[in-house]
Amino acid sequence: MKCDVAMPAGARVAYAYTGGKTFDPAQPCIVFLHGALNDHSVWTLPARWFAHHGHSVLAPDLPGHSRSLGPPLASVEALADWLIALLDAAHVARAALVGHSMGSLIALEAAARAPDRVAQLVMVGTAYPMKVSAALLDAARVDPLAAIDSVNAFSHATMAAKPAYPGPGTWLHGADRALMRRVQAASSDVNLFLNDFEVCDRYAGGLDAAARVMCPATLVLGSSDQMTLPKQAGAIGAALNARTVVLEAGHALMGEAPDELLAALRGALAAIHA
Amino acid sequence: MPGYATPGFDTLALHAGAAPDPATGARAVPIHLTTSFVFDSSEHAASLFNMERSGHVYSRISNPTNAVLEERVAALEGGTGAIATASGQAALHLAIATIAGAGSHIVASSALYGGSHNLLHYTLSRFGIATTFVAPGDVDAWRAAIRPETKLLFGETLGNPGLDVLDIPTIAALAHDHQLPLLVDSTFTTPWLMRPFEHGADLLYHSATKFLSGHGTVIGGVLVDSGRFDWDRATAATGRFTELTRAYEGFHGMVFSEESTVGAFLLRARREGLRDFGASMSPHTAWLILQGIETLPLRMARHVENTRKVVAFLAGHERVERVGYPELESHPDHALARRLLPRGCGSVFSFDLRGSREEGRVFIEALQLFSHLANVGDCRSLVIHPASTTHFRMDDAALVRAGIGPGTIRLSIGLEDADDLIDDLKRALKAASKASGGSKQP
Repeated sequence: MKCDVAMPAGARVAYAYTGGKTFDPAQPCIVFLHGALNDHSVWTLPARWFAHHGHSVLAPDLPGHSRSLGPPLASVEALADWLIALLDAAHVARAALVGHSMGSLIALEAAARAPDRVAQLVMVGTAYPMKVSAALLDAARVDPLAAIDSVNAFSHATMAAKPAYPGPGTWLHGADRALMRRVQAASSDVNLFLNDFEVCDRYAGGLDAAARVMCPATLVLGSSDQMTLPKQAGAIGAALNARTVVLEAGHALMGEAPDELLAALRGALAAIHA
Repeated sequence: MPGYATPGFDTLALHAGAAPDPATGARAVPIHLTTSFVFDSSEHAASLFNMERSGHVYSRISNPTNAVLEERVAALEGGTGAIATASGQAALHLAIATIAGAGSHIVASSALYGGSHNLLHYTLSRFGIATTFVAPGDVDAWRAAIRPETKLLFGETLGNPGLDVLDIPTIAALAHDHQLPLLVDSTFTTPWLMRPFEHGADLLYHSATKFLSGHGTVIGGVLVDSGRFDWDRATAATGRFTELTRAYEGFHGMVFSEESTVGAFLLRARREGLRDFGASMSPHTAWLILQGIETLPLRMARHVENTRKVVAFLAGHERVERVGYPELESHPDHALARRLLPRGCGSVFSFDLRGSREEGRVFIEALQLFSHLANVGDCRSLVIHPASTTHFRMDDAALVRAGIGPGTIRLSIGLEDADDLIDDLKRALKAASKASGGSKQP
């Protein structure tokens, strides 16, 4: 669905995938937030599952990504405010937030800024601080397509993810590369790769945010994640008093371990009705 | 295997899509000869049918062995995914049927495999899909043929049998200027010689019967998507691709381009095309093609090495009027081949014998190592006379447009010792010469 999200500079059209069902704000809501240079389509399988199992689902494209109008926002804090405005626009009083990578930082910050509106926090493929190497940021400035290839190689832990996402016959490395290239190409005015990775790199409010989070939190980490190493999530996990689930996967957990991730999400979100 | 860089071609040819079987430890890819797959529960079944989970339901739609082949070919091509089909023809049909219907139009190269020409010219026109054929090198003709109802531009990386090199960058740019995808038949080149997506093609397919399999044992096809064509943008601009960008009542009201930003085409092709047309591949066939792909880099290098030696021999023989191989400066697409096919132009090519059809017949029947049959891309060397076989439905004018003469002989060079192949050709050329009463040849 599309809705106008109120922003200080005026309303912006935002797109959110609703799991193949008409969005019903009266159902317990789950918001899925994608990571850097991704869009809603990294979440379609779990989004469809929850939408057909008693929940309402919003998997938005972040501003400037795929179907949501830009420009992209330049900080986790601004993206968290945008997310809260999206909840307003969708008439959602309270939601569980599930974020991957950069999306996990947005979910964390939103849960801190609006604790009464967040029922659960799930951070997938996360670390804090989410520092990005100077070499990668330089590559993003000079040759973003080469930088995409580098990130793509680092994001995968296997050449044989089964079952493939979103369905059999998908070559996950190629699909993820094509998605990042598509999202980057669609943002003609801004180097979106650089924007998103600087958003991650600059975010310094994670531990302060964790102290303000009121809801239960879960971390879902990939044992072979080379982008956000599991050990780099220890401090934020402790600050959130989070339950931690480790899956056999790299950074692209949604694609490399879709069934295991669904099980982890079902476990984490079981209390959403409470 | 977490990596620091995308694995190389030879590694992908062996490992993409496959890992030791978690249930048995089997290192080679198991053959999953089963029609269907047990559900864990009713809820699990419903979630598979509704695409809330990924997995296998019924082998017409997907199968674990086929999935390895699909992922492997997609990996080698730099694509997002693939669908294995019953044949190369089934792959072409699936590509077209996924985005075209009655009232649609295709612009295609005139230098096509005869079976593809039949499908487009005779069969699909019966179902309301029209095709305009254009000379592959005539960019103005491609442009002029595009209509509002055009859905696809289509050509072969190396045209059959004249080896016209498709100028993929130029034709792809033309297609994209008109918000159209470019589909190419990549059978003759394989990803080892050329990766068409890197040059701008959007979709490709293989007759996997040929070099991918490599052993002349099975019939199969593979359709691959680059994931690059923006179906939403094209629909917004032209209204053309609502098959992928509007709700499809035939599958849960799914909007395929919403469901997968880069996988919409393959989603519909599988969820509709394989489901309803049913031209799926046997898992046993998929396994045999996988065996072939594991040695594709080695075989293609040898195919090209042998072909260069045979081409050099034929080009210097006085009974041979013309050798149509793009590595020769005499070929009209020589410069293009140097740019797009630096590793070689494959191992299928044609040449013209001096003399009549009768000499062609004597030549073919005198060959002993070369097998006279209707196939290419085998590890064994093959020969055929296109005018009387693969392209026999074409009239003389169409044959000329396709670069075929009455004395044209097509060879598919295999992996034998090149010297033995040349000896076989020498013997047959001598026999043809005797039949014509011509001069002796060494």
